[in-house]
Amino acid sequence: MPAGSLVSKTIHELRALLDAGTISPSDLIEDLLARITQLNPKVNAYLEVNAQRLRQQAKAASARGGSLSGIPMTIKDNICITDEQTSCASRILKGFRSPYDATVIERLRRAGVVLIPRANMDEFAFGSSTENSAFGPAKNPWDLRRVPGGSSGGSAAAVAADLAVAALGSDTGGSIRQPASFCGVVGLKPTYGRVSRYGLVAFASSLDQIGPIAKDVRDAATVLSVIAGHDPRDSTSAPVGVPDYAASLEQPVKGLRVGIPALPAGASEEVKQADHAAWKKFVDLGCERVEINLPNLHRSIETYYIVATAEASSNLARYDGVKYGWRAPSDSRLETRDSRESPESENQLLGMYLRTRTEGFGAEAKRRILLGTYVLSQGYYDAYYLKGMKVRTLIKRDFDAAFERCEVIVMPTAPTTAFRFGEKLQDPLQMYLSDVYTISANLAGIPAISIPCGFSKEGLPIGLQLLAAPFKEDVLLRVAYAYEQATPWHLKRPAVNI
Amino acid sequence: MSAITPEIVKQVALLARLKLEGKALSQTAAQLDEILTYVQRLQAVPTDGVEPTSHVLPLSNVLREDVPQRSLPQQAVTSLAPAAQPPFVKVPKVIES
Repeated sequence: MPAGSLVSKTIHELRALLDAGTISPSDLIEDLLARITQLNPKVNAYLEVNAQRLRQQAKAASARGGSLSGIPMTIKDNICITDEQTSCASRILKGFRSPYDATVIERLRRAGVVLIPRANMDEFAFGSSTENSAFGPAKNPWDLRRVPGGSSGGSAAAVAADLAVAALGSDTGGSIRQPASFCGVVGLKPTYGRVSRYGLVAFASSLDQIGPIAKDVRDAATVLSVIAGHDPRDSTSAPVGVPDYAASLEQPVKGLRVGIPALPAGASEEVKQADHAAWKKFVDLGCERVEINLPNLHRSIETYYIVATAEASSNLARYDGVKYGWRAPSDSRLETRDSRESPESENQLLGMYLRTRTEGFGAEAKRRILLGTYVLSQGYYDAYYLKGMKVRTLIKRDFDAAFERCEVIVMPTAPTTAFRFGEKLQDPLQMYLSDVYTISANLAGIPAISIPCGFSKEGLPIGLQLLAAPFKEDVLLRVAYAYEQATPWHLKRPAVNI
Repeated sequence: MSAITPEIVKQVALLARLKLEGKALSQTAAQLDEILTYVQRLQAVPTDGVEPTSHVLPLSNVLREDVPQRSLPQQAVTSLAPAAQPPFVKVPKVIES
């Protein structure tokens, strides 16, 4: 049996094999480890894999009992797991081992999941390509010269390359959906408050959500049912009941209204064509097509890069080399080069802060911290941050009005297919613009999913994004499932091999 | 007109406990200028009378019962610090002797 022949299966396929006793959780982990040994050096989806600890977990795991018993799942490197490293792909958290489990990890453990730390990502989830990882980028399994998207690029690449059955990612402006789109897999960002953020390393607290990346819609639904729900440790988690999302997937979609917005410019011809073909498919499935208007959609990027960087600069103030993580050594290069006339020479503590943060953070993290500090500073607050929060209100109102007229909105996930390494690295603004279609869901707090909807001439996957009203994940997943079952896109796999 | 200058970036960097110099400073200033010039397009959006949204959920003042609960053991926390002398974390000297 070639390595990966088990990991290539979906959760629901493996469920049948595990329940029947045909395979054990240990069989799955051995298959996974063999595949990782062969392919991870090429794809770099994992920052670290500890074979011994995985084998121990698998041995202790029960093959039966729940929807996820014995299923291995990959975890993005910004979700805390007890005694495992959590580095956010950053030097500044080097050596940090979490003393506690995130709530989603507790829930996965209770469901019998075998946890696989740690999937590669952009440093602190800042990026759309994983090129900002301090430990080298993950590669796109469809074309190793291209980015897997980001920031949850390691999670998406792992699922696409059959280096994982399913994964957890986090999404602040598209970080689950855009890599899912680039890698040809399913990625779901739940409603803000649907999943507890306790133990997720904070980037932008009013936008962050944890969600699944999976091989198909049913698997995403199964994982969401396990991780969703109220958590007293996250005061922004909503006290809203959690349905069995997988159970309602097959309910009819006939008569549902699908909203088509006018799109901000930027989408490639191929993406536009795939999007067009997709909503025609919804009409074939019996959905009603409705033209909707989201007049402030094209303001999302500006709004996001004010709100998200402001929150990030505040959240990242905690990394100061004092309580945990990495501290720059006192004899470092920076100090000896300019110890005169600089503020830190007068104050050793300030000097330590400056060295630790300057050497510990990568270029994009520093850019966002600076941008956020600037927009929050006295004299600029009203012009930037307050203005951004007001336009956020307008964006949210647009969606509220649109969902009066339709159940689901359809638009592309990303304006293009996966781009090449280095293509946008020197131009941060161009990189930010690749998030143009995903960001609004975070600003409005609504759920959104990316599912495969075609391939470019070069054979790269194209993603379709569906959005729904808050806490309507059931409708979102049902519509996504109907489309998936009526199309062949999710069945095609990358040819990446040893 | 530039939105931000290297001098301002340097000042903001100190507030954010970062140090930028030379080429890194001028390059970062140019990038931030491009980004800020782009986001300034928001100024054209009429927002008179619009309430700011800091948070999308209709939740405020979430309360819970104030009951003592177990927290992480002190040792588990201090052992995470780059330098510690339990129960304290250690930092470089702040006051001259």
